[in-house]
Amino acid sequence: MHHLIPLLVAVPLLGAALLVATGRVLPRIAAEITGFVVSGGTAALAVVLLLNSEPPMVEWIGGWLPVGGESVGILVVGDGPALGMATAVSLLTLAALAYAWRYFDEPLGGHSGAFTALMLVFQGAMCGFAIAGDLFNAFVFFELMSVVAYALTGYRIDEAKAVQGALTFGVVNSLGAYAMLMGIALLYARTGELAMTKIGRGLDATGHGGPDALVLASFVLVLTGLLVKAAAVPFHFWLPDAHAVAPTPVCMLLSGVMVELGAYGVWRVYGTVFAGPGGIPAADLTRALVTLGTLTAAIGAVMCWYQRHIKRLLAYSTVAHTGLFLVGLGILTPEGDDGVALYILGHAGVKAALFACAGVLLDRFGSVDEHALHGQARRLRATGVMFAVGALGLAGLPPFGTALGKSVTEEAVGGPLTLVFVAASAITAGAVLRVTARVFLGLGPRPEDAEYETSGSDEEPETSGLLSRIPDTMTTVPAVLLAAAFAAGVAPGFGAVVARSVNEAGSGGAHVFVHWTLTGVLLGVASSVLAVALAGLAVTRPGWTAAPGWAAPLRRLQSGHVGDYVAWLLMGATVLGALALPGVLGS
Amino acid sequence: MHILPYLVAAYVFVTGCYGLATSRNLIHAVGCLAVCQSATYVLLLAVGYRDGATAPVFSDIAPGSRPVVDPVVQALTLTDIVVGATVTALLLALVLQIAKRHGTVDPDELRELRG
Amino acid sequence: MNRLRLWLLAVGGAGLAALLVAACLDLPGFGGRRHPYGDRAVQASLARHTANTISSVNFDQRAYDTLGEMSILFAAVLGCVVLLRQARDEHRDRPEPAEVARPVRRYALLVLPVALVTGLYVVAHGQLSPGGGFQGGVVAATALHLLYLGADYGALERVRPLGVYETSDAVAVCAYLVLGLASVLAGTAFLANTLLPYGTFNTLSSGGTVPLLNAAIGMEVASAVVVLLAHFLDQAVEIEEEQGS
Repeated sequence: MHHLIPLLVAVPLLGAALLVATGRVLPRIAAEITGFVVSGGTAALAVVLLLNSEPPMVEWIGGWLPVGGESVGILVVGDGPALGMATAVSLLTLAALAYAWRYFDEPLGGHSGAFTALMLVFQGAMCGFAIAGDLFNAFVFFELMSVVAYALTGYRIDEAKAVQGALTFGVVNSLGAYAMLMGIALLYARTGELAMTKIGRGLDATGHGGPDALVLASFVLVLTGLLVKAAAVPFHFWLPDAHAVAPTPVCMLLSGVMVELGAYGVWRVYGTVFAGPGGIPAADLTRALVTLGTLTAAIGAVMCWYQRHIKRLLAYSTVAHTGLFLVGLGILTPEGDDGVALYILGHAGVKAALFACAGVLLDRFGSVDEHALHGQARRLRATGVMFAVGALGLAGLPPFGTALGKSVTEEAVGGPLTLVFVAASAITAGAVLRVTARVFLGLGPRPEDAEYETSGSDEEPETSGLLSRIPDTMTTVPAVLLAAAFAAGVAPGFGAVVARSVNEAGSGGAHVFVHWTLTGVLLGVASSVLAVALAGLAVTRPGWTAAPGWAAPLRRLQSGHVGDYVAWLLMGATVLGALALPGVLGS
Repeated sequence: MHILPYLVAAYVFVTGCYGLATSRNLIHAVGCLAVCQSATYVLLLAVGYRDGATAPVFSDIAPGSRPVVDPVVQALTLTDIVVGATVTALLLALVLQIAKRHGTVDPDELRELRG
Repeated sequence: MNRLRLWLLAVGGAGLAALLVAACLDLPGFGGRRHPYGDRAVQASLARHTANTISSVNFDQRAYDTLGEMSILFAAVLGCVVLLRQARDEHRDRPEPAEVARPVRRYALLVLPVALVTGLYVVAHGQLSPGGGFQGGVVAATALHLLYLGADYGALERVRPLGVYETSDAVAVCAYLVLGLASVLAGTAFLANTLLPYGTFNTLSSGGTVPLLNAAIGMEVASAVVVLLAHFLDQAVEIEEEQGS
């Protein structure tokens, strides 16, 4: 069984290569069917492997099994979290391909399968990153996933915004990846190994009773790369610029799983490389991740609230939620890990569904602007209902999967940080509900324009013309995704299974029981009520919720200037170093 | 100096970042990104060096007759170079489209995405 | 330049520089003897009769990294094809014949076959001597472009049917993957180099599947570079914006 793990990468890549090889003669419909079969087959393989992942599997590629504990090969891991992420990636790719089915405009003479092929490579790359057990190999798949994502983000070359967003995305993410590679080189110099577990053991063996500057620097550099991907403040600036402009099926993957893979990478790398006595002490990691996570949640939520470009608004809500994921992972408890795993799964379904609905607006009206679309979409009832349901899922209304994950994480985090969870989810959900009320119901007066903002008007639809009727696929896909997010919360035993497989892989094997609690349900309901109240206030009293003076500087930081973003990245690395410094000085 | 090559790598990386942050031309910025990446080549190769060693190719030396440098970092650097070249190509393609759509390659003049 | 950015850059850059310098002080001295992975890689390479250890690492021990690397190249080429397509408001012009100085023409046409053969040689001897699929592939692809320098774009286009190169790029990727999957079908690990005999040390057929994977990479890199350059050259030579847009 374990020999099949690398096929999660090989199969989508092979599918993509076949599509390109035959692209000149293949009709579009055949290319799309091939995409479905390959992507679906990979998803099925991921599910089968996931069901067999207890006890966790390890595969040495090329059959280079360790001799006397030493190997020259690369290992991939087949434990619950790795295969769970691969499954989520594959299912979401399948959903995105279904969403793009036939209607997505592919203006490429003679390359009928190019978009599908890129999506398949993206799927393979994300699976490869999820199962990587070797640090350099993780870098390779990190880059592969980035390269495909840049190309897909800039796919609509006729749009000025799209190419700018894609370049910003490319420069910032590549710089993050090179920082990560510097860190990997430092770790190799110290330990002479590349497999994550071997590096971890090497640090423990060669450390002089604790971490030194080299460990700190490599920790900061590797985490910089991963946190750029996870869009933690202040590494997050690229995300709204890229996610707002990428084609909708791509947004579903970027926001649904790619950003979360950054958080997953932090969990994996800290747990295997830096968690030992020679690594970074737990208190320092907690300080770093909780601080950055809280900031990310706060800034993401505030910025989300003041957007009028609907896809950009959803992108900021992804920033806010990854902040919550980082807080949950940062406290380093089994309960926190379980909660975040469930939260990520639920969030993937909800967020992808919301992007799918925003895509419907774009293809129907050629705009994703909350102000311009005011009252325009009254007749898109199904989409409107799904948008509202998605917003409630985002708020964590029980019994959505997001609610279960959020409640478990809140319980694990405890104390004042619970407030961050409630506030961030309520504000982001409130913003989405506000959009629903204005765009789909036409409530309230048409809001006034601000001075420094990105408007979502005058966009090209992604279909070959404005749609007069919404195709069934574009309604079914978000419905299925929302149903999946709902099922994740209500399916009996699902939470327990996720928790067991996460704990099996990390958390020192401690088993915890995951279930709904009264506090969790009440907090979930409170977030949802708060979200509805905020949305109601915004619609009926626009003056009260308009951007106050203190939010203006915050908005100015998001300048769209790649130089600013790079400067923030350097600043972020320095802050990360400062947050983790006490443990190094203390040893 | 026993650590000079490492310091060179650090210097190259920071210089590249400086150029990237202060760039007034996106083509120059993509070049600066390549400079940052060169730092990783220098660091990897420096890490793998062994005093008095030769290349790890045994077609003309007998195995064991001379020390060889670490072959792993050389392979990693090769991978890294390919990654760098392709990323540069892709980013330049995007810059080309920016020049067409915005009529400029000065990042100060791109005003589409903000707030 | 705005002041906030300068401040961020100063503080962030200083912090990062301090971190890097502190790390350098803790690194093992330059030229040290301890390279455990490197030593194991040399042993493994010799055991499988591959004279060039770097090729053994690339195409045998860490062939999975090379798979990712090859995919990056493949994806970047596909991405460039997508990004550098003819936009809605553009059209294609026929390239104009160019005047080339006689010495340039003579030199280019003289060196072209030499460069091509050198490239193929470097690919073929990947497991024996420094070089391999990546390096040789780039040399071979650049050789073709001497025709652009020595004659003109039209001449290059005649020897460069783009569709063929795009297909061969994808076919090479398929070949690499199929070689990897063959060992899974044979019941061992993905990309295991156990299907073919390892041959006589220091000959062209040594190293098991190393020469085959190396050849696949050579083919992929050569085709990919040709396609990549073609799209950039098209932008420079052929694709024109519509008037008035």
